[in-house]
Amino acid sequence: MSASLRERPTLMAALLILGLLATLALVLPLLAPNDPTATSLRLRLRPPAWMERGLPAYWLGTDHLGRDVLSRMLNGARISVVVGLSVVVLAGSFGTLIGLIAGFIGGRTDAVLMRLVDMNIAFPGLLLALLILAVVGPGLIPVILVLSVNGWMIFARTVRGLVLTQRALPYVEAAILTGCRRRTVIAEHILPNLAAPLLTLGVLEFARVVLAEAALSFLGLGVQPPLVSWGLDVAAGRNYLSNAWWLVVVPGAAIALTVLGLNLLAGRLRIALDPREREKRFAARARA
Amino acid sequence: MTPLLERLWFGAITVLGVTIIVFVLSRLVGDPAALMLAPDATAEDRAMLRAALGLDRTIFEQFLLFLRDLARFDLGTSLWQKRPAAEIVLERLPWTLALAALAMLVAALFGTTLGVLAALRPGSLLDTGATLAALAGLSAPQFWLGLLLVYLFAVELNWLPSSGAEQASSIILPALTLALPAAGRIAMMVRSGMVEELNAPYVLTARAKGTSGPRIVLVHALRNAAGPAISITGWEAIRALAGYTVVVETVFAWPGLGSLAIAAIQNQDLVLLQGIVFTTALMVVALNIVTDSLQRMVDPRIGA
Repeated sequence: MSASLRERPTLMAALLILGLLATLALVLPLLAPNDPTATSLRLRLRPPAWMERGLPAYWLGTDHLGRDVLSRMLNGARISVVVGLSVVVLAGSFGTLIGLIAGFIGGRTDAVLMRLVDMNIAFPGLLLALLILAVVGPGLIPVILVLSVNGWMIFARTVRGLVLTQRALPYVEAAILTGCRRRTVIAEHILPNLAAPLLTLGVLEFARVVLAEAALSFLGLGVQPPLVSWGLDVAAGRNYLSNAWWLVVVPGAAIALTVLGLNLLAGRLRIALDPREREKRFAARARA
Repeated sequence: MTPLLERLWFGAITVLGVTIIVFVLSRLVGDPAALMLAPDATAEDRAMLRAALGLDRTIFEQFLLFLRDLARFDLGTSLWQKRPAAEIVLERLPWTLALAALAMLVAALFGTTLGVLAALRPGSLLDTGATLAALAGLSAPQFWLGLLLVYLFAVELNWLPSSGAEQASSIILPALTLALPAAGRIAMMVRSGMVEELNAPYVLTARAKGTSGPRIVLVHALRNAAGPAISITGWEAIRALAGYTVVVETVFAWPGLGSLAIAAIQNQDLVLLQGIVFTTALMVVALNIVTDSLQRMVDPRIGA
């Protein structure tokens, strides 16, 4: 098992990333020292522990309802992971399917599908997402659906491009010549070669979705209380910016660091999983 | 078909697509007449209003009427403010345009400069710093960035107004919030384009002929890297208009289309919201065409 995993770096990377996300969503909330929804009028707007009036039990202070900021930050990770993962899976599988169809069938089907994608990309999302959310109402499920509707095109376009390049390669021709059916060629020969770029794209899209969910929740059209979302917490803390900066800084920093980490990870993945990049680095090291 | 005609055609299709989505959504919410009338309205009142709005016709006829109205820029009557939505949209539009234009100007200047400087010495401290700053800029949520700027420049230093649009200096913080992440993305794009161009054989030729360093960078390489830079700046402007301004205007209570959209949602004024989306779609399509034409002008390789 371990040997076969080592031979499949993409699979290993994917498993590691999923493990990391599961940790974020399941373990971080367990680390929360306090109940994130427990209010206390006596302990309102306490600053972080190291400041004057800070309390050791509340490391990062309390909010306007006396809730523990640190515990809310740790719990907020869950919504980001749930939304991010759902959207990447939904949009990713639908987009991949459309991309495969467009790239493989070609001709008029391809032209129509790619025009649709172009149109969708020409009119980027947030305002249209707002319109849809205004009609169907805010909430966790609507946010996931709206962001998926917004996100599948990039997968479709990427997969189509990859299919077109892969199709022209000799190994596909060889597979067809040896009598493979089209389904087999797609599923067993082309799809595995798409795994690495799709994984990288998935991570980048995950980062984008985390930002988008935060923005929608900040605007009040995303996740609704009592669910804990970083975007919601920044919105709530906004009114106390002048006397309680930590209410805005802490959840916002959580979003920024998560997205930064995901972006760095995507960069690393691209290099680690691309054989050409590996060669380049090997050559550079050999020269040095 | 010439490229310009093709772009216009594609733009028209895009606007039509957005219109269809808006139309379908507006019919999904249920009977618009029921929304506009008081709860105690009689069945007769309802029937009259439905006839006046054309709701008694087939859905296809309704769509054609909807298109006809849009073609005259008749966006309907705002449910919330009880006056033509087009009037409200046109009042707010200049504010958003001013904000987005200033922000994109700053982003393009700042992003290009940073990208070129970073590309001159790949791997240098400046390059690493610029890359990190760009990455940080595009990882931070925009509303958070805006609030941090408010905290720093309005609350702590008290240099600039935190929100509203009463003074000329009110535009600085929202424009900066809109510009910074865009500048980061532009810088990364310009950097990678410039690195590629500076390693191209023609640069070596120019150097061998004794062309001065600044001339090679600014005239030869930058000109070739300008195409992608223009396209990303246009794309940033589009994203700003169709989304980021909503967030930034909300943070700074800037009286543009974005904050109007949120107010329309809060007042359940779908007519006004549709008008905003339609107007934005027109601007986005126009920007697409302008960006594309500019790119063709600076980069003859794309072909007229």
